[in-house]
Amino acid sequence: MVTAAAAVRSSSVELRDIHVSFGTLEVLRGVDLKVESGKTTCVIGPSGSGKSTLLRCVNRLQEPDSGDLLLDGESVIRSDPDALRQRVGMVFQHFNLFGHRTVLDNIVLPLRSVKKLSKEEAAAIARARLADVGLADKAPYRPSALSGGQQQRVAIARALAMEPEVMLFDEATRALDPALVKGVLTLMAGLAERGLTLIVVTHEMGFARSVADEVAFMDAGKIVEQGSPAQIFDEPQSPRLQRFLSQVL
Amino acid sequence: MDQFFSTFLDWEYIWQVFPDLLKTGLLNTLILAFTSAVIGTVLGMVVAVMGLSTKAWLRWPARVYTDIFRGLPAILTILVIGQGLGTLARDVVGTNPYPLGILALSLIAAAYIGEIFRAGIQSVEKGQLEASRALGMSYSKAMLLVVIPQGVRRVLPALVNQFISLVKDSSLVYFLGLLSEQRELFRIGQDLAANTGNLSPLVAAGFVYLVITVPLTHLVNYIDKKLRTGRKVRPDEPDEGDPVEIGPGGRVSAW
Repeated sequence: MVTAAAAVRSSSVELRDIHVSFGTLEVLRGVDLKVESGKTTCVIGPSGSGKSTLLRCVNRLQEPDSGDLLLDGESVIRSDPDALRQRVGMVFQHFNLFGHRTVLDNIVLPLRSVKKLSKEEAAAIARARLADVGLADKAPYRPSALSGGQQQRVAIARALAMEPEVMLFDEATRALDPALVKGVLTLMAGLAERGLTLIVVTHEMGFARSVADEVAFMDAGKIVEQGSPAQIFDEPQSPRLQRFLSQVL
Repeated sequence: MDQFFSTFLDWEYIWQVFPDLLKTGLLNTLILAFTSAVIGTVLGMVVAVMGLSTKAWLRWPARVYTDIFRGLPAILTILVIGQGLGTLARDVVGTNPYPLGILALSLIAAAYIGEIFRAGIQSVEKGQLEASRALGMSYSKAMLLVVIPQGVRRVLPALVNQFISLVKDSSLVYFLGLLSEQRELFRIGQDLAANTGNLSPLVAAGFVYLVITVPLTHLVNYIDKKLRTGRKVRPDEPDEGDPVEIGPGGRVSAW
């Protein structure tokens, strides 16, 4: 059970003046974002506003053209990206489970190859994390035998097994049937409650409102407005945020 | 009709050639095809991975290699390598045409197999590599453990097709002039056909080829079908009704 709050080691994240261009297209135009350790920040905004690119800068799947990235107060923009990624877990829109491996092996594989754990240690951790997400009985199945919601929960378990200090969620419920969204969001809320640092790109405004400590609204490659959920949803200041909210709510 | 049978299916000649076909020819054909399949597969994987590299100095040699060996007739490559290397680098490779034939067949196979692997690896969703990298795996680990295994699986039918081609193409080594005990199926059939002026020994050789290739063809179809329908999951307890969305701990959510 996720709610059985095991101690987690969390870190703060800070992005400073991040710029990213794809060719002539400026996707991020100087973004600053600070997430305190153990807090949850939801990033909202229209499609193409740069939310996902911003998130991918945090584990450097996208290398920024300029700017700085701090984890726990230390710059990690030039450090070994593989080491950074062991501290920052990520969950994707399309789950990206390894199709050729069983559910259990999906979690065992990175534990063995990255953390160099023994087969037995890795399997024990994998089973524990699967139990956390309520899918212990799915261990021997292929991912394709699971529903989308179950696959996403396995993906979350896989990321958590690496014991990250920060978790990134890139539209984690967007590819799911509406009926399956809730289970994944519940799981994410449980992580927030446990005090893991979360950065969540989402279209689920209800989730952002009730779980986030901070909400950042992005448009056209910049964070336009940032504040508590109440500030963002009840007293939006900028016309762009007002227009966005009127479209999605 | 009689003439048809006496030309192609003269039992006396077939009977005469069969022991050699089975004892010498089959063995040599299998050695030639199998060895070059193994070398060609290994080399083909190297060519494929090089061809997918972001570094031009790795990509270009792979590209050029593939273009050359796919673009030339197999018989030309076999003759040039078999006789050319045999003359030029006699001290290193010797003059025995047999290993040179294997080398030539391997180099040709590697070009085709490299393209097959490349297509397979490229067909794997980008998210697989991304997820692996996001978990802290290096590029090479992610390729080796996640991307390549899935890519190879998808092209297994094409790969087996390539092995079938190798079995047939191994007959071209004939042109390098083999010693009596090195003769493969075609050469044995051809020798007796030349001696007797009757084609039945070649028909017999053809029959042995089919004994090798037809099961392989069915293997392709089998793999293809299996890949299409998806692998069976382990049927532990089928989980009726798929009780999907109880949140862990059954928590009531706030939204």
